[in-house]
Amino acid sequence: MSDWSILSITTFLPLVGVLFILLVRGDDEEAKKNIRRVALITTCFTFVISLFIWGGFTYENPGFQMVEKYEWLGGAFSYHMGVDGISMLFVILTTFLMPFCILASWNSIQNRVKEYMIAFLVLETLMIGVFCALDLVLFYIFFEAGLIPMFLIIGVWGGARRVYASYKFFLYTLLGSVLMLIAIMSMYWQAGTLDIPQLMQHDFPASMQTWLWLAFFASFAVKMPMWPVHTWLPDAHVEAPTAGSVILAGILLKMGGYGFLRFSLPMFPLASEMFAPFVFTLSVVAIVYTSLVALAQEDIKKLIAYSSVAHMGYVTMGIFAMNEQGIQGALFQMLSHGIVSAALFLCVGVIYDRMHTRQISAYGGLVNIMPKYAVAFMIFTMANVGLPGTSGFVGEFLTLVGAFRANTWVALFATLGVILSAAYALYLYRRVVFGALEKESLKAMLDLNAREKVILIPLIILTIFFGVYPAPVFDVTQASVDALITNYQTAIELGTKAVVDTAGLSH
Amino acid sequence: MYSAIVFLPLIGFLIAGLFGRAIGSKASEYITSGLLIVSAILSWVAFAQIGLGSSEMVQYDLLRWINSGDLEINWSIRVDTLTAVMLVVVNSVSALVHVYSIGYMHHDPDRPRFFAYLSLFTFAMLMLVTSDNLVQMFFGWEGVGLASYLLIGFWYKKPSANAAAMKAFVVNRVGDFGFSLGIFGCFVIFGAVDLPTIFANAQSVSQGEGEVMTFLGYQLNGEVAVTVVCLLLFMGAMGKSAQFLLHTWLPDAMEGPTPVSALIHAATMVTAGVFMVARLSPIFELSHVALTVVTLFGATTAIFAATVGCVQNDIKRVIAYSTCSQLGYMFVALGVGAYSIGVFHLFTHAFFKALLFLCAGSVIHAVSDEQDMRKMGGLRKHIPVTYWTMMIGTLALTGFGIPLTYIGTAGFISKDAIIEAAYVGHNAFASYAFWMTVAAAFLTSFYSWRLTFMTFHGKPRASADVMSHVHESPWVMTVPLLLLSVGALFAGMAFKANFFGEAYDAFWKGSLFVSSENHILHEMHHVPVWVRLSPFVMMASGFLLAWQFYLRKPEMPKALAARHDALYRFLLNKWYFDELYDILFVRSSMWLGRFLWKRGDGTVIDGMGPDGVAARVQDVTARVIRLQSGYIYHYAFAMLIGVAFFVTLSMFSGGGAQ
Repeated sequence: MSDWSILSITTFLPLVGVLFILLVRGDDEEAKKNIRRVALITTCFTFVISLFIWGGFTYENPGFQMVEKYEWLGGAFSYHMGVDGISMLFVILTTFLMPFCILASWNSIQNRVKEYMIAFLVLETLMIGVFCALDLVLFYIFFEAGLIPMFLIIGVWGGARRVYASYKFFLYTLLGSVLMLIAIMSMYWQAGTLDIPQLMQHDFPASMQTWLWLAFFASFAVKMPMWPVHTWLPDAHVEAPTAGSVILAGILLKMGGYGFLRFSLPMFPLASEMFAPFVFTLSVVAIVYTSLVALAQEDIKKLIAYSSVAHMGYVTMGIFAMNEQGIQGALFQMLSHGIVSAALFLCVGVIYDRMHTRQISAYGGLVNIMPKYAVAFMIFTMANVGLPGTSGFVGEFLTLVGAFRANTWVALFATLGVILSAAYALYLYRRVVFGALEKESLKAMLDLNAREKVILIPLIILTIFFGVYPAPVFDVTQASVDALITNYQTAIELGTKAVVDTAGLSH
Repeated sequence: MYSAIVFLPLIGFLIAGLFGRAIGSKASEYITSGLLIVSAILSWVAFAQIGLGSSEMVQYDLLRWINSGDLEINWSIRVDTLTAVMLVVVNSVSALVHVYSIGYMHHDPDRPRFFAYLSLFTFAMLMLVTSDNLVQMFFGWEGVGLASYLLIGFWYKKPSANAAAMKAFVVNRVGDFGFSLGIFGCFVIFGAVDLPTIFANAQSVSQGEGEVMTFLGYQLNGEVAVTVVCLLLFMGAMGKSAQFLLHTWLPDAMEGPTPVSALIHAATMVTAGVFMVARLSPIFELSHVALTVVTLFGATTAIFAATVGCVQNDIKRVIAYSTCSQLGYMFVALGVGAYSIGVFHLFTHAFFKALLFLCAGSVIHAVSDEQDMRKMGGLRKHIPVTYWTMMIGTLALTGFGIPLTYIGTAGFISKDAIIEAAYVGHNAFASYAFWMTVAAAFLTSFYSWRLTFMTFHGKPRASADVMSHVHESPWVMTVPLLLLSVGALFAGMAFKANFFGEAYDAFWKGSLFVSSENHILHEMHHVPVWVRLSPFVMMASGFLLAWQFYLRKPEMPKALAARHDALYRFLLNKWYFDELYDILFVRSSMWLGRFLWKRGDGTVIDGMGPDGVAARVQDVTARVIRLQSGYIYHYAFAMLIGVAFFVTLSMFSGGGAQ
């Protein structure tokens, strides 16, 4: 399979679309239409190609597959791509969500369509690159460069306070990443390579692990985002255009969790073990704190943004529970959240396009005129609440099982989130959808049109399908997660033994 | 066949839900009801084979669900006698409610949606009772919660209905909090969440020495760990079965259409907690503490809800509190170790309580959607079928029968058995439970007859306009009433021997577990005669008091209420639980949310973080700008100072010397 460089093709295919878009001349309606079509076709085609990655994937192999490796910059770095059970599904998720983003922007974006679509396609390349890169520098380039299109998307096509939000987003994430860059440099001096598979085998000294872990943590915690560095997210979500929110919630947030699984756990196991209680604390605070904050929100997007922070709390909790259920649950939770939160933002987009407000108080009684919309929104709300039978449940349940095995206090407080999520989600639904239709301004609203149905129905099907039959995901992740845990535990055992040995020597 | 029982309602839901608009209301009604009737008939077949016959328990897997490491959860079906009993209850009542709703809802434009929800509920409930592992049970558990949420809020234009729906879901989630933790605990203790493994290992784990679970920093041995898990699971049961402290959602749930109240909030969903404890009898039986707690909460709920039921004026709320109270009875039976009697009361209660609710619906239907009993009265002659079936329901609820024999209505057989079992129970709260259930029997009789008298007897208090429209319900509504009446009259006598009599072992085939020390079913045959007589005496005196208050001297209750104003208000306001919870939980969490948002996120995090940094940078730059004055002598002066500084520095550091 790897003969035809499928990962590179998937990664850079969107740039071909960019090329075509650049060729489109003029700024009239016809040109805009062509640009949109090119973008849609490119993203759909990328998605189809990316399915071949899944098709060619060997479930039993815990290592990296479809590897491509070329020397670069005199051998210090390399162009090294590959996927394993942890990263593969994120690639699919990215390519899957992109066509929905393009469709969601079909009518709502009218100025600078060309630049908008280019930004999105470039962003897609960079995001796929992040999940495929097997060289630290390559990873860092993709990881950082992704900020730029997102910064532009929020800053140019965003809402009223877009400049504030985009700067906040940019500076927050950049600050974290700078520390990561320093860590990458010191890793190079210590290990002599930047190749990720080799670094995973490398034993960093315990004291160095602590610092490296903290530097990476700074970057990933901001991306995730974890409490207390989460405040950029609600602002960014609120100001971003619908498709921007979808990508932000669906993919960009997952990079933090992916980073923990790809770097922190395998490369710095001793530090991860040491900091696990710290991460637990932050996760639990995030779950309870942001759920409470979500309860008090008056802006639909902000409410969903805060709920995203809470859900990401389950992910970090699951990852650092360091057992099979925790990590698989975290992975599943990320994928499920990618679908569900994306869908929720798309749902908000549907009514935002009609009313141009996100204030909850401006709505009420939508079920009377938009019954189909009400059904779709109900299903995603329930998935967000974690109702069994939807994909939201599986991840939440497994991360909680994992946390319970690791530390019951953590599980106890995190389970409180189950109550609070029901409260804020249903409270939102009640205020927006239920009730009598009394507001004059709402009476002319139309139910879902064909384009919106095309967007929402596949997401509904996936949400329920993965809730009932999540096995396809677990089949992919199983081997890699097993390997991760085994390596991690061996490292911890060796580490403790080393400590005991030195303690023995000193006596 | 068993898959058909479970999945026919799902098919009905999908047809009515997805294509309801296309095929029209009539077709949706007939399809969902028809499928449910088939399912109900098959359930009786299953009951005959597995319960009454000699077939073995059936267990098979349908599909992989969640497999992660050593956690393996499959979609599966398990039908033993306990499940068969539940299948009969759920599907019979559901089928009758479907049929009844064809008549009751015929004015409503959203009938396809209504029937879709009803079928969805039935499907979820069936998944709950047929599950072979705790997680699938949780799926059904939440699924019925969802259906209940949707049905309570069915009339979504009413703000009160939306509030009640949300309240029901969130309060149930509080219970689910415990249930989830209980499942996690089971997984840690037993290494699995499927019932066969748990049951097989329960005994050895509980008796084993050494630590099996660390919970909240405490290292627990087997016995304590089992107790903790049982208590957590029971918290789930309390939520779903509306037990004391988590009961507040049930009366509000009456905002939903009346057939929903009959199906979900009387006969089936609210008994899920009872079913769960009975299903998990192999682990509950090992924990004396957990059973004691179950008894305590059951008895408290039984008496608490009965006191509140006595003063309510909404016909449905009276029955709702009665349900709450009867669920308390069931938990008392479970708590003293008489699981089969608890399940038996669940079985009989389903018939007469569904009957009472459907009758109430018929009354409401007759008096133009009025629910306040103070505006009814004198309806006996106008709606005779409803009157007589409601009479049967009332007799069954109050436990009418011939004392010291086993001849009587369904409630007589099962409720008296609970009171006797409580008398001989061994745990610390058994005698408390006995006295509370006896007292509750008196109150039950009082409020039931109060309801009957206020509704059907005396002078009409409705307006002449309403009275002129009073009419008996159509046959689609009365036939279910008649069928349920049969159950309310004879279900007790017909199945008594199977549930807790001579045929006990042959009937249950081990699907309920009792330890070797538990002889409660034998001991209860030897209770003193006064114990066996007490419920009858209580029932009779309750009847007499209601007769005195509401037929002979209708002015008496008002005078009594005026004399004991504080007590009356306390009861009328349901012991002020709603107000208390509103302050304790609802308002405080909203306040906390707003506080954390404005102060925590706004002032502290953003203030110290990005906004603060940005503001400081601006302060500093503002000052730096002022230095750039543009006058040569300013710059020259600054340079001079600099030179002087460095010269001084080098002198002091000794840089100038050699």
